[in-house]
Amino acid sequence: MSATLSELGPVLALILFGFLPNEVWRLVGLMLVRGLDEKSQIIVWVRAVATAMLAGVLAQLLLSTSGPLSSIPVEVRVGAAVLGFAAFLIARRSVFAGVLAGEAAVMLGTYLFAV
Amino acid sequence: MSTETSEPPPHVSAQVFLDGIVAAVRSVFFYVLVGNYLGLGALAYEVGLNFWWMALSTLLVWAAPAQIILVSTLHTAALFEVALAVTLSSVRFLPMVAAILPMMRRPGVRQRDLLLPMHLTAVSVWVEGMRLLPLMAPERRIAFYNGLGVGLMSAAIIGGAIGFVLAAKLPPLLAAALLFFTPMAILMSSARNSRTLIDGLAFGLGLVVGPVVAAQKIGLDLMWTGLIAGSIAYAVHRLREARRKAGP
Repeated sequence: MSATLSELGPVLALILFGFLPNEVWRLVGLMLVRGLDEKSQIIVWVRAVATAMLAGVLAQLLLSTSGPLSSIPVEVRVGAAVLGFAAFLIARRSVFAGVLAGEAAVMLGTYLFAV
Repeated sequence: MSTETSEPPPHVSAQVFLDGIVAAVRSVFFYVLVGNYLGLGALAYEVGLNFWWMALSTLLVWAAPAQIILVSTLHTAALFEVALAVTLSSVRFLPMVAAILPMMRRPGVRQRDLLLPMHLTAVSVWVEGMRLLPLMAPERRIAFYNGLGVGLMSAAIIGGAIGFVLAAKLPPLLAAALLFFTPMAILMSSARNSRTLIDGLAFGLGLVVGPVVAAQKIGLDLMWTGLIAGSIAYAVHRLREARRKAGP
């Protein structure tokens, strides 16, 4: 009986504190664009806002000092991103090459410099 | 050309859905998601969550940053704080959904037809969708996007499962390094997709404005970053359009 409860606990927590607070933004997005055209100026602006937010997410992941990524020094993360981006440019804008080079660099850097 | 807005026959729809899955497997994000969720699965194992919880969280939440928050704080922080952190990390879905759904809307498409595309929208699916949907006939876009989303979500669920299998052998530091797949994929694919001034400017400004806003400690960092950097990029775009129209 208590086993079932402890199984149900995390799932209920997932729905109430993970799924709902996350999904609400998708729902608001769906509601707001009812009847809007993809070429309309509001959508052009919204797209720019979304793109900028994505860059904000990237900056947070590179510079954050909390969460699992914080166990990797900021210098290592930023350095690996720069190396990955250089590889992307050298490989004639290959996303595969850039991602692999960045990931390899962060693993090497983590191995060498993480405490 | 017919003005009828006829639905594609079901077999075409299934074919287009499969095309979407093929596009997912050909996307760099498929492999990035396997790697990233491998790390996330291992971390979830570490804190004592089970395999099914991990798969369900991918299915329901479908947002790596929010899932990282859930996995790393569910047992330690107050649940209200967890919900707040999750919701702050997910604000980006509002403009993302709002920017992509109008590409799929046409006469005859009901609001409920857009519920699945809405839920499947995440960074990976959005980035690939924004790139691929404009190349496609409007009546095919919903089925294609659903295939793309289901394909990429499968990669995440597979990665999470492998993470659980390998967890005992995977040092936590390596699991954290695997999470680095996500920022790398965001960086490279955004750079590739930024073909227009407004996209490139919004992304570049966001990278600069983000840390500046974060340093002010006013909260709601992502929202302000998006509004400030996105609006500047849009204003520059409008000015240039106006000048082009006025010019010779």
